[in-house]
Amino acid sequence: MTTTAASTTRSGATTAPAVEIHDLRKSFGSVQALDGLDLTVEAGQVAGFLGPNGAGKSTTIRVLLGLLRADSGSARLLGGDPWRDAVALHRRLAYVPGDVSLWPNLTGGEAIDYLARLRGKPDKRRKAELLERFELDPTKKARTYSKGNRQKVALVAAFVSQVDLLVLDEPTSGLDPLMEAVFTEQVREAKAAGTSVLLSSHILSEVEKVCDTVTIIRGGRSVESGTLDDLRHLTRSAVTAVVDGDPSAIGSMAGVHDLATTGNGAGTRVTFDVDNSEMGRVLPAISALGVHSFTAQPPSLEELFMRHYGDELAADGVPADGAGRHAASTRAGAR
Amino acid sequence: MSAVTAAPPLSAPAARGGTTLTGTWSLVRFILRRDRVRLLVWSLAVPALYLASLGEYTSMADDPAGMQARAALVQTPAMVSMTGPGYGTDDYTVGAAVSNELVLWMVLALAVMSIMQVVRHTRAEEESSRSELVRAAAVGRHAAVVAALVVVLLVNLVVAALSSAVLVGAGLEAVDSVAMSLGVAMSAMTFGAIALVAAQVTEHSRGATGLSMAALGAAFTLRTIGDMQEQHGSWVSWLSPIAWAQQMRAYVDLRWWPAALGAVAIVLLLVVASSLASRRDFGAGLVPDRPGRADALPSLRSPSALVWVQQRMALLWTVIGLAFMWFATGTIVNQVGSMTESLADNPVYASVLGSGEVTQAFVGIIVLYAALGAAAYGIVAALRGKAEEDAGRAEYALTTPVSRGRWLGANLAVTSVGTLVVLVTGVLALAGGAAVAGTDDVTFGQVTEAGLLYLPALAVFVGLAAALFAWAPRATSLVWLLLEYTIVVSLFADLFHLPDWARRISPFWWVSDPLTGDVDWAHVGGLCAVALVLFVLAFVGFRRRDVATK
Repeated sequence: MTTTAASTTRSGATTAPAVEIHDLRKSFGSVQALDGLDLTVEAGQVAGFLGPNGAGKSTTIRVLLGLLRADSGSARLLGGDPWRDAVALHRRLAYVPGDVSLWPNLTGGEAIDYLARLRGKPDKRRKAELLERFELDPTKKARTYSKGNRQKVALVAAFVSQVDLLVLDEPTSGLDPLMEAVFTEQVREAKAAGTSVLLSSHILSEVEKVCDTVTIIRGGRSVESGTLDDLRHLTRSAVTAVVDGDPSAIGSMAGVHDLATTGNGAGTRVTFDVDNSEMGRVLPAISALGVHSFTAQPPSLEELFMRHYGDELAADGVPADGAGRHAASTRAGAR
Repeated sequence: MSAVTAAPPLSAPAARGGTTLTGTWSLVRFILRRDRVRLLVWSLAVPALYLASLGEYTSMADDPAGMQARAALVQTPAMVSMTGPGYGTDDYTVGAAVSNELVLWMVLALAVMSIMQVVRHTRAEEESSRSELVRAAAVGRHAAVVAALVVVLLVNLVVAALSSAVLVGAGLEAVDSVAMSLGVAMSAMTFGAIALVAAQVTEHSRGATGLSMAALGAAFTLRTIGDMQEQHGSWVSWLSPIAWAQQMRAYVDLRWWPAALGAVAIVLLLVVASSLASRRDFGAGLVPDRPGRADALPSLRSPSALVWVQQRMALLWTVIGLAFMWFATGTIVNQVGSMTESLADNPVYASVLGSGEVTQAFVGIIVLYAALGAAAYGIVAALRGKAEEDAGRAEYALTTPVSRGRWLGANLAVTSVGTLVVLVTGVLALAGGAAVAGTDDVTFGQVTEAGLLYLPALAVFVGLAAALFAWAPRATSLVWLLLEYTIVVSLFADLFHLPDWARRISPFWWVSDPLTGDVDWAHVGGLCAVALVLFVLAFVGFRRRDVATK
């Protein structure tokens, strides 16, 4: 099964996608949780699923898991119907909730074994290896685990079974950065083994590290989706250069924004943002000025995210721009 | 009294006294706000019960012969097990009847309220980590516990005041009415204090509730045994806090000092709770968790195995506790005969019951109690599925290759077997106790048959809990309402003059008693059919609905 999925990736999308959602709608009373959502996870790919709190990420995932019944629209999972074929499909997937609740009187090890046995593929060696990597003590009763440790139990239980699809709903909440790194590594290994992954997350660096495609949703509807490169193409890069000539003319070119210059011993230091689609026309103009140094920073996922999320904040009276800059600069500092 | 009950947690060093109680009043207001509906219901239900029965007692009193027949009746063993020590039966006035027959049930109801209220605002809060938020705020260490106790005290006092008003309004003596109501409150508060100790000992709210309910059951049994042994109760009765309220002899020859036993017991229990509390960490029990297995036993590989692992300890303790109670009650059936002899001279009594039937009637009532206990267990166990869903574990379990039907089926199978075990062990213990005591009036087989006939009705309760869970998970408490209604119909239907149609709502009304009559197999079949329909509804409904998340 896993090899089929892997070959699918290499040969392109010749078989059914792991997840295919079209125009999905679901309301709870008067609250419209999903309002025409589209989402596709190609077989063998790692798909990021981004959105602010309450955007409908968990609702989408619960529809995919057959826990909620959609009002309208279509959802296909591994080629089956998530509601009707739930049991058969669940044999081929593993799920990690964002807030894991375990059976209080079972130990972590017992819970992992139980879940693995239900999927029918318990593997003692694999379990021991994962316990070691996640540094989890399996002999403690679930009620005594911290949030992070409960999360680790669910992660080990998910990675221990060889499945076709991993559904991860903010799986690293409560994990420390070291464990996040272990998680990233496991997702990459799973992908290498041909597993498709749907990763809902708030941690953008995590999505950026492992995801092939990204879908951003807001208000129960997809607002952007594609590969990271596709999305980046739609936005701007930040350019910093030191040039001999006078760069002020560049400021009036189409697609160039926020140009600023400062004197610099050797020449003039110029910074500006440029629409990626206009990059090809701006570059020759810069090089004509005599370039001493040049850096162009691609937009981070955070900036993509803020672009869609930011106007919502602004609508709520929060200065989106400031928040966006702050987030972006924190991120730049981290690099 | 109020100062005394709230005091012990204050006994911390004076320098810290002010700070460990900071915020108590805001917490009291918060609890009253959170529980306003449930507390209002409790506060009104008890006075309403007084009101409902007073009318009947008053009209009975118009006919002196009728009142004396009642006095003879309440001295029969079956009635003693559901009333009191029998003060004032020589001249059975309305007051004497209220005091003798109703105090037991008022104490039971308010004790259950006090236990649930204390556990809900101490151990359950700690378990849910909600109180961690509260404790981190400017709130003293003892504030939460004292606030929970203050609320229980307030509610009991309000109930006492309203009950007194109802009783005085019906023309009963004011002093006796107030004394009796306060005595009931004191006994109920004693169980609240027991719950506080239990909340320190166990780590889980379910354990704390179970332990406190076991204490209440023991108190109930001791009172029955003591009052059976001697008219007006033997020393065994005095071991039960329920008896302290009854022994005040309200409306007959009032004495206040039995209430003092309650006050002393409450103070002692609070001291114990406070010293236990200072010995443990927040969130922990007294006994720390030991490491368990790193790998699951090979048997843990199906949903029913998991449900069994979760329910087996509760089942074990319920079986042990109830079987002990019913065995102890069974051992006093041989005293039914001697009680009957002492009443044999009473001509009114002879007209009420033929002598051979008293033992059967008594055993029939105890079998009813055993069935009620099993029904309560069945409902608790069936609704564990809802707790699983609320906690998000149902969601997690249903993302494995386990169908909705299999998941619910596992819960209901383990629940049904557990309920069966609770009933059968209880009835066998009762029959065994009766056999040990030696009686010719009932046989082992008769008692067992009487118990087993309750099984279809128990299935109705479990089925209703499951069907409500499947179709209206927010309304699952309706099944508790039906159980409470069943208790009222089983014990007070005649007193309240309930019409036939109202009695038929109780599943137990349809259960035949082979000790005093024939078995109606049509009723057995009807109950089975209703249970079957409810079970089918449960499966159909749970397959259709969304699985909720917190």
